[in-house]
Amino acid sequence: MELISQEVGKKSLLLGNEAIVRGALEAGVEICAAYPGTPSSEIANNLFFISTKAPELLYFEFSTNEKVAMEVTAAAAAAGKRSLTCMKHVGLNVASDVLNTLSYVGVKAGMVIVTADDPFMHSSQNEQDNRYYAKMASLPMFEPTNPQEAKDMTIAAFELSERLEVPVIIRTTTRTSHVRGPVIFGPLPEKKPSKGRFQRDNKRWVPVPAVARIRHKVLLEKLEKAAMEAENTPFNTVKGSGDIGVIATGIAACYAEDAIDFLNAWDKVRLLKLGLTYPQPRRMIFEFLRKVGRVLVVEELEPFQEEIIKGIAQDAAMDVPIYGKGTKHLSRLYEIDPLEVIELIAELIGIDAPKEQIPDISNMPEIPQRPPSLCTGCPHRETYMAVKEALKECGISEEDVIFPTDIGCYTLGLLPPFNMADYLLCMGSSVGSSAGFSIATDQKIIAFIGDSTFFHSGISPLVNAVHNNHKFLLVVLDNSTTAMTGHQPNPGIELMPPGYENHTRVLIEDIVRACGVKHIKIIDPYKKDEAIKAFKEMIELDELGVIISRAPCILYKRKVIGGKK
Amino acid sequence: MKKRICFVGVGGQGTLLASRLLGEAVMKAGYDVRVSEVHGMAQRGGVVESSVMTGGIKAPVISKGMADVLISTEPVETLRALDRCNIKTTIITNIAPIEPMTVKLGLQKYPEVSDILDFIKDRFQNTYAIDATSLAKEAGTSKAANIVLLGALIGLNILDISKELFIETIKERVKPKFIEANLKAFELGLNSVA
Repeated sequence: MELISQEVGKKSLLLGNEAIVRGALEAGVEICAAYPGTPSSEIANNLFFISTKAPELLYFEFSTNEKVAMEVTAAAAAAGKRSLTCMKHVGLNVASDVLNTLSYVGVKAGMVIVTADDPFMHSSQNEQDNRYYAKMASLPMFEPTNPQEAKDMTIAAFELSERLEVPVIIRTTTRTSHVRGPVIFGPLPEKKPSKGRFQRDNKRWVPVPAVARIRHKVLLEKLEKAAMEAENTPFNTVKGSGDIGVIATGIAACYAEDAIDFLNAWDKVRLLKLGLTYPQPRRMIFEFLRKVGRVLVVEELEPFQEEIIKGIAQDAAMDVPIYGKGTKHLSRLYEIDPLEVIELIAELIGIDAPKEQIPDISNMPEIPQRPPSLCTGCPHRETYMAVKEALKECGISEEDVIFPTDIGCYTLGLLPPFNMADYLLCMGSSVGSSAGFSIATDQKIIAFIGDSTFFHSGISPLVNAVHNNHKFLLVVLDNSTTAMTGHQPNPGIELMPPGYENHTRVLIEDIVRACGVKHIKIIDPYKKDEAIKAFKEMIELDELGVIISRAPCILYKRKVIGGKK
Repeated sequence: MKKRICFVGVGGQGTLLASRLLGEAVMKAGYDVRVSEVHGMAQRGGVVESSVMTGGIKAPVISKGMADVLISTEPVETLRALDRCNIKTTIITNIAPIEPMTVKLGLQKYPEVSDILDFIKDRFQNTYAIDATSLAKEAGTSKAANIVLLGALIGLNILDISKELFIETIKERVKPKFIEANLKAFELGLNSVA
């Protein structure tokens, strides 16, 4: 496997996510945990793969959710082991309870938290800007612009984390996670397998109010130190000369550099590229602002840097105009279009950007849409069709039913011919929202949740539903894997991938029973008549019930046991 | 060699493999390169888009009219991506359609392939319409249509990448049991523009 190559100086075409893994290995990471989520998944997948092929290199686990993964890795770092956790942007919401106090107690060995944002929502339900988490938790943050930087920054992040004894955040976006570029390999450290030792100290690690008050002060002092480092880090650089200033971070810095190249304007434009993006190098930014007449801030999502930079200018009583998202020169919506950056910089310089000749394509033949859909033969299809048929036989119109849904492949039940997804917020929301609908309406409620999502966030709302006597039918679509993100194992896994056989299987029906649910059925969705009969009985029951529809994901089955169907 | 190469296709057609292979070849040829990929939900039979940027271009995204080359494994997807093209863009497109679910369910119509090709050729002079799926079948697997199109790209000498270097890349990067079919598909694509 390429990522664990010992060949120093090797040049490899790595994804940003793979480069982070290589960086973590070169930094001697030992304990990693994660819950998968696009666009972060390849980090966890590669760590998982390495842990099965070369267990002497590192420990990795797929934890049940991001909060658990962060707790696992935080404790590892407290016990002196370098650790890493990674998640998609909304995953950090789940782990934010940990994050905002972990920053107080800190770590002993280096700990890196990777958050992968998804501007334009290629695979997500929102496009929140997780840089605000760095600010909220007062933690240092790096933002790479390319895979080589992703590797270098991961190593730097471990070192900074260990120096300051706080976790350090690496924030990527889809375009830095999923871009390949050449990466030069450095040496892997020699491994001396040993256990860490946790030094008991309840004045440090137990943030009761009296301790927390001290630790908050300590945290802010650490942040001051990080700000000093930001003034001198090689990741914050100035290039070019002239009266126009551009300040950019992450993938947006690539758009800015390309634009200045394209306009051949390095003698007119000065670019400040920030890599250690929180806390800001205030002195460096102040010096930069002094040298330019106007400034454009180019960053994905929210005007995060722009607002801080405006604050720096205000503090120094500077009147240099600062443009960006706050001034609507760029949009807070979706991804930045590189062409916009070219045109904005050209406008600031006062030149016309060269334009390509584009033919008129307005009257092209009508194009059919091609939305993603559930695979042919997918067991979820069978389950949805069985519910439809059962409702029909019960004489209930689908129009009178609410179908709360959840996060996974089965969210595609939204599309025809199913049209069976009516409400969705986040992981596990199918269960909690069903409780709300059951109180607020007289409508029939049939909710869908996947096996991995159930383990992630479905259990506590189910206990809530039992205790508070809510009435709905919950369908657990158990395909024995976390399919959408690339078939990662979860606690309910039946078909164990190679190297995973020693894990303990947790049965969903045992959990459902232990939650206190009285009516439970397990069906095979491919056995149509039995499935329809089970759904009819549960629909007519009009009480809280759970149907576990169990059949492995066909793609996963093929992967694990070969071509046989 | 600053070029922006846009790949489009349908999930499962090997769009990502094609862009990865080209990226490896560009790096082998000694140029800087960025390859952007689409992962996640979009892969479930939806539209897949990736890109290869060469020669120091850093942004992995192609704006309107900025593609130097468009490589498409599906004709309707070629249409959908036309806004990336300008009059000089080289378009290399497969002509074998894959009906989307919306068409199979009778909700929308799939345009005539000849109409699609006429529309494109009328506006973009450097268009190469290739029956890549048939050529791939001839090579041993219909899945190699992506490699046929890469053969055409290399054959057109738009990039500073030799045939030999690309063959080497295929041998290094493709699973052993598919190498032979892929090499044949590459050769057939190369010849289709000769």
